[in-house]
Amino acid sequence: MKSARLPSVGAALILAVVLAWTLFPILWQTITSVKPDTDLVQLPPLLPLHPTLVHYEALFQQHPFSRVLLNSFMVAVLTTLAALTLGMLAAFPLARLPIRGKTLVLGLVLGCSMFPAIVTVGPLFIIIRALGLRDTWWALLISHTTFALPLTIWVLTNFLRELPEDLYRAARVDGCSPWQAFTRILLPLSRPGLTAAGVLAFLFSWTEFLYAFTFTATEASRTVPVAIVLFPGLHEIRWGEIAAASIVVTLPVLVLVLLFHRYIVSGLTAGAVKG
Amino acid sequence: MPDVRFEKVEKRFGSRVILQDFTLTVRDGEFFTLVGPSGCGKSTVLNLVAGLEPVSSGDIYFGERRITSLSPKDRDVAMVFQSYALYPHKTVYENLAFPLQVRKHPASLIEREVPRVAGLLGLDGLLAKKPQEISGGERQRVAVGRALIREPQVFLMDEPLSNLDAHLRVQTRSEIKRLHARLKTTTLYVTHDQEEALSLSDRVAVLNRGVVQQVGGPMDVYRRPGNTFVARFVGSPQMNLLSGRLLPGSSPLLEVGSLRILLEPDPAVPAPPESPKAPQSVLVGIRPEDITVAKSSGSSPLTASLLDTEPAGSCSWATLRWDSAEIRAEAPADFSASPNQSVGLTLEVRRLHLFDAESGLRLPWQGVSLST
Repeated sequence: MKSARLPSVGAALILAVVLAWTLFPILWQTITSVKPDTDLVQLPPLLPLHPTLVHYEALFQQHPFSRVLLNSFMVAVLTTLAALTLGMLAAFPLARLPIRGKTLVLGLVLGCSMFPAIVTVGPLFIIIRALGLRDTWWALLISHTTFALPLTIWVLTNFLRELPEDLYRAARVDGCSPWQAFTRILLPLSRPGLTAAGVLAFLFSWTEFLYAFTFTATEASRTVPVAIVLFPGLHEIRWGEIAAASIVVTLPVLVLVLLFHRYIVSGLTAGAVKG
Repeated sequence: MPDVRFEKVEKRFGSRVILQDFTLTVRDGEFFTLVGPSGCGKSTVLNLVAGLEPVSSGDIYFGERRITSLSPKDRDVAMVFQSYALYPHKTVYENLAFPLQVRKHPASLIEREVPRVAGLLGLDGLLAKKPQEISGGERQRVAVGRALIREPQVFLMDEPLSNLDAHLRVQTRSEIKRLHARLKTTTLYVTHDQEEALSLSDRVAVLNRGVVQQVGGPMDVYRRPGNTFVARFVGSPQMNLLSGRLLPGSSPLLEVGSLRILLEPDPAVPAPPESPKAPQSVLVGIRPEDITVAKSSGSSPLTASLLDTEPAGSCSWATLRWDSAEIRAEAPADFSASPNQSVGLTLEVRRLHLFDAESGLRLPWQGVSLST
C-alpha cells in the first residue's frame, strides 16, 4: 500500500506546480484589476488593501468596451455556426458516403490548418480589401471560419465515424435517402460532437488576434483581444484597465470550458459514444 | 410476394473477392438461411440485397423486377441488424413508426399499425421507453417489429440472435419461426450457427470463402453433405473424417484402417457410378452419433481405446483412438470408463459418407456391411 501512495504524492506535487504555473498569471491579473492605481506600481502590498472596481467601471465608461465585446461575441457565435454547418456538411460524406480519396481529402484539410496565420494574413487582407469588407464582421467571420474549419471537420468526421454504422444503414433500409438519414438520425445523435467542435471554434475566434488586428480599423468591428492591445494611452500604460479587460474576456471562456469540458476532451480524442 | 434471384453475382473489394459466381433463387415465402463461418461472405449477400453495397457484377431480381442498381429505399426490403441498430434518440414507439413516417404514410395508419405490431411482439408496455432502457431481448423484438411494420417484400436478418444469451436465443428462435409461419414473408436469414440454420429454415445455403458449397433442405445438407467442408461445418459434434481407400472390384470395397466395408451405388444418384480402376484415396465421414460405444466390449469386431468422455445430458461423447486416428463417438448417458480402456464400437455402415480425398466432393457410394 505504501508504494501505491508514493506516486500519488508525486502526482499531486506535479499537479500543484503545473497549476501554479498556469494559474499565476490569471491570479496576478485578478489582483491587478482590483488594485487602485496608486498601489499598482508598488510591492508590497501584494494583495490590494483597498480593493476597487474602478478599472471595470472605466472599461465600460471611458472605452467603447461594450461595443467591442458585442463584436467579439457576434463574430465568435457566427464563426461557430458557420464552421459547424460547413463542417458537418463536409464531415458526413467523409465519414459515411463511399467517396474515393477520403484520406487524401482529410489530409489536405489537415494540411490547410498547418499554415501559420501570418502566411495567409497578407493575401487575405488583399482579398478582403478588394471585396470591400475591411472593418466589418464579415471580414472576421470569413477569415475565422476558414481557420476554424479544418479542426471542426476533423472532430466531426471522427465523431460521425464513431456512431455505429448500422444506424445509418438501418435508416437507409427504412427508407431514408442519404440526406434524410443524415438529418433525421445522425444529426440528432451528433450533439456531443457538435458541442465539442463548437466550443473549440468559439474559443478560437474569441481569442484570435492577428486577423482581427489586421482586418479591423475602428470599434465598428474591433474585437476584445485587439482592443486590449490598443488600450495603452498616449502617456501611460493603463495596467489596471488592461487587467480588468482580460478578466472580463476570460470569464466566458471559463464558463464554456467548465460547462463542456467533458465534450471537449471526448471531441478531441474522437469520442466515447455508445449507440 | 416475389422470389429473390441472384444471377452470377460477384462482389470484390479491390482485388479481394468476397462473393463469387453467386447464383441462387430464394423462393416466394421461403425462410432461407445463409450459413457459413465468419468472413464467408454471407452478410455481404444481405447488404447487396438491401442495396447498402453495390454488386461488382451480376444481377439481383425480385420476381421479374431487376433491382441491382436501385437505391435501398426503392427496394422495399426490411432488415434486422445484429446490433439491432435501434435509433437511440427515439422511443420504442418512434422507432417502430419511423419506417412508416419516412415513407409518408398517413398518421392514422401509423397510429393503428404501431400498437398492432407492438401487440404482436409483446412490446405494449415499452412504447414510451428509449432503447437503452429496455433489455437485450426486448431490443431484439423492437428491431424485428421495426422491420415488419411496413410489410416489406423481403425480410433480411443478419445474425439477429447472436447478441442474446443462450436461453433467450432458443426462445426467440422459435418466435421468429412462428412469426414467419404466420406472415409468410420471403426471408433471407444469415447466421454462423449451423444449428440455428437447420432449426429455422426451409432451405439453407452453406457458404465458404464467397462460394456456395451446397444448397438444400436442412436434412439434405445434414444427411448428404456435398463436400468435406459442409460435412465438417454442419452437425455438432463435428463429423469424423478418416482417410481410407476405395479398392477396385465389380462393387468396390472401402478400406479404412483395419476395416473393410462393402459398398453399393447410392440410390439417390441417378447415374450409376463407375468403379475405380485403381485404388483411390478417399475420406470417410462418420457422424459421432453413427458410431456408438457398446455397453460391453464383448464380441464387437471394432475396438478402440478411450481417451476421454464428455457427458452431454441425453448421451455422452467419447473421444477414442482408433488405429492411428482420433474419433468421436456416442456413448450412453451413464457411460463411465477409465482412460485407455478398450471399448467395443458399433458402426452404422449405411450412414457412412464418402468424399474424394483430393477434390473433397461427395462420392456416390454408400456402405452396405462390414466385410470380414
